[in-house]
Amino acid sequence: MSGTGPRENVFATRMALTNTKLRLKGAQTGHSLLAKKRDALTTRFRAILKKVDEAKRKMGRVMQLASFSMAEVTYATGDISYLVQEQAKQASFKVKAKQENVSGVVLPAFEVDRVAGSDFNLTGLGRGGQQVLRAKEVYAKAIETLVDLASLQTAFTILDEVIRATNRRVNAIEHVVIPRLDNTIKYIMSELDEMDREEFFRLKKVQGKKKRDTAARDAEAAALATETPPEFEDFGDGPADLLSSKDEDIIF
Amino acid sequence: MSTTSFKNRNLLAVIGDEDSITGLLLAGIGHINENQKKNFLVVDAKTQVSTIEAAFQEFTERKDIAILLINQHIAEKIRPTVDRYQQAFPALLEIPSKDHPYDPSKDSVLKRVQKLFGE
Repeated sequence: MSGTGPRENVFATRMALTNTKLRLKGAQTGHSLLAKKRDALTTRFRAILKKVDEAKRKMGRVMQLASFSMAEVTYATGDISYLVQEQAKQASFKVKAKQENVSGVVLPAFEVDRVAGSDFNLTGLGRGGQQVLRAKEVYAKAIETLVDLASLQTAFTILDEVIRATNRRVNAIEHVVIPRLDNTIKYIMSELDEMDREEFFRLKKVQGKKKRDTAARDAEAAALATETPPEFEDFGDGPADLLSSKDEDIIF
Repeated sequence: MSTTSFKNRNLLAVIGDEDSITGLLLAGIGHINENQKKNFLVVDAKTQVSTIEAAFQEFTERKDIAILLINQHIAEKIRPTVDRYQQAFPALLEIPSKDHPYDPSKDSVLKRVQKLFGE
């Protein structure tokens, strides 16, 4: 029997064959669509990958700058860390999430949402106010870079996951679903062929039997036709016997 | 990934040394919510690793944090936890600190990038 691999459990009929062929076609279309999606996502992914790498390195430099300005503040004002920590109440530096669509995948992008607040206005009032202000700005810039990087990284994580899922689907269709349907089609075809052959053989057999029967009947008829004359010959002998034999019923 | 999951995330959280925290708070990311929970943790030489782990867990589970910043040398202390972290939200960023320059080879995300390029 062909269709040796795994196959669907269907009854071999013409209708099942049509259905399976339709499903195979659907699977092939789905496969090509998913493959296209995967390619689009991978292109995007590569671009983001490159950007992430760049942004990470940029962040290193920016943060170094920020640390340096912090050192300036410490030098000018003394230790303000405790003061700053205690004064933190409401965040004035927040992020907003936007979303972007890449082939049906929602990628978030963070945006800086900064309220120009009057936080820490009194910090460094005595001395070093300028340095504090500068440090504030430098850090705000640094955080902007960080936020950009964070959106890239989030996109990276999400895309990575989605690409993996898509790959799994593409491979599953290619290596499981399509061979399975192929096998089913082969199986149904072979079964149908087998049934055809059986039917043909049956018909032949029936015809043969019929022929034999007809032949037998013909022979019988022929035999009957040829056998009748000798019966008459017997009758020819009859009268001779009739004369010689004595019949009791005959009185005279 | 539902669209609402990141709509109300708008805070940044930090786990870092004193200097980094001070600078970032100065820029205005500090937030204390109604339960008196801070969105930052100051780590010094005396801070227990378990405390850092707990803070990391808390920040990653909070629903209002979009980005979690962590100093790289602190991330190093809880490296297994950081490497295991795969969620998209909050985004985890390893940042350099004053005393510890940035080392791209240790970053959990960059490691994955390298792996992808290597393959």
